[in-house]
Amino acid sequence: MPNLRDLSNVACIVGVDESDEMGTLPNKSQLSLHVEAVTNAVRDAGLKMSDVDGIFTAGQHSPATIGEALGITPRYVDGTTVGGCSFIIMVGHAVAALHHGLCDVAVISHGESGRSQVGVSPRRDTAIPGQYETLYGFGPAPTVFGLITVRHMHQYGTTLEQWAQVAVSTRKWAALNPKALRKEPITVEDVLKARPVVWPFTVLNICLVTDAGGAVVLTRADRAKDCAKKPVYVRGLGEGTEHVSLTQMKDLTFSEATRISGDKAFRMAGVGPTDFQHIMLYDAFTSGPPIMLESLGIAKRGEGVRYFEEGRSTPGGSLPINTNGGGLSYTHTGMYGIFPIIEAARQLRGECGARQVPNLKTSLVNGMGGMLSAAGTLVLSNDNAR
Amino acid sequence: MEIDRPLPNPMTPEAKPYWEGLKAQKLMLPKCNACGHVFWYPRVACPKCQTRDIGWVQSKGRGTLHSFEIGHQSFNKAFKVPVPYVLAMVELAEGPRMLSNLINIEPDPKKIKCDMPVEVVFQKLTDDVTLPLFQPAGR
Repeated sequence: MPNLRDLSNVACIVGVDESDEMGTLPNKSQLSLHVEAVTNAVRDAGLKMSDVDGIFTAGQHSPATIGEALGITPRYVDGTTVGGCSFIIMVGHAVAALHHGLCDVAVISHGESGRSQVGVSPRRDTAIPGQYETLYGFGPAPTVFGLITVRHMHQYGTTLEQWAQVAVSTRKWAALNPKALRKEPITVEDVLKARPVVWPFTVLNICLVTDAGGAVVLTRADRAKDCAKKPVYVRGLGEGTEHVSLTQMKDLTFSEATRISGDKAFRMAGVGPTDFQHIMLYDAFTSGPPIMLESLGIAKRGEGVRYFEEGRSTPGGSLPINTNGGGLSYTHTGMYGIFPIIEAARQLRGECGARQVPNLKTSLVNGMGGMLSAAGTLVLSNDNAR
Repeated sequence: MEIDRPLPNPMTPEAKPYWEGLKAQKLMLPKCNACGHVFWYPRVACPKCQTRDIGWVQSKGRGTLHSFEIGHQSFNKAFKVPVPYVLAMVELAEGPRMLSNLINIEPDPKKIKCDMPVEVVFQKLTDDVTLPLFQPAGR
């Protein structure tokens, strides 16, 4: 019988990096951002590009395009595109492929000219949003995630002030990350009084829109020991999808996809939802991380926001969350999911300087695709204990 | 009347009875002939039992406001409804939820409540396209 736990700790993250620059980059194409990130991450691993034989990517470019741009001929490709968490999910796909010898060195690549739109193909409506959503003004993510947020406020009494605490906490981390785009301190009042976009969100409740790339390199645990940096073990992984159109989500305040992905990852890793000293969550909106904590079973329903309100999530707090400064203050290209993996790996290696989480052993990465539609979860560790 | 919104494109074959119904001021919903499940949006198989025998029923046009937002800007060049406007998710009495706009109410989050009763109002855009919008019930 197949056993989920057979995949635990068989592969490691051995290289991570971003593109050379991040922010507003009108002089760089989307494909160039991929190439920069991959070459940087492969160098970080102490490997050569010719070692790479598995390419994983999501979004507008196929893995074949990435392979061609890099000048390599992969023998394993994966282009699963289920939203911004696709890269988190692909860590799982890469672990399975590596375990079975379908490839030996896997690269997960992200590049997105989210702000400058250089080398980007225009988005087209499909039949479903074109007939049932855009007619009413729905479209970009804030016009949809707000519905989730307002329903949560109605059911649990969550307040705009509480959501704002997520932005404040995350900005404190950004101030400690030299690569973060926005570092100036903000207050709850600043968030509430910022430019309204779509109520309940002001612009400070919504992630940045940037140009950037990111890449993650994995190989099997035996080979990982020979790479340049301390290996980061993939101890648990999970994925799931529930809906795409928000009208199909059973309970707007609870992500079934997140629950499914988390349960699987925790079971494989042999951990419980409270066994982490560091958490990376996909913060496209301030209300996202609290609802993810609830859906993962880390917080009780309606109480996820307390982690931020009570300062547990902040620098010096008992459970640091989004230590890179998050999509809210560090970078957010559109499909953010590669970046929380990069930060978790750096934290587990002990490379994070002023924002380093002390005595870190186990880190949780969880991200959403679409509007809590899809989810990926990883349990990462800097040793192979289970 | 000026068309103040993007028009549906494409109108898919499986949704034809919906769009045809709206032209006659009827909100039609797909219903599974096998298990009776009334669902949204139109599909060729029932999302509950996967049977491919789908009929249509007319909604009473009543429901509750499941959630909402206030738009302070337009996110689409073709969407010219003046700001602020109310983006709405409505839960119909027949069960399914759909997206629409809440109209004939002040776009103020203090005056709009989740779960308030709402009813459909039809807004003709073109000879082919009429939209189901919603307003507070019993207005």
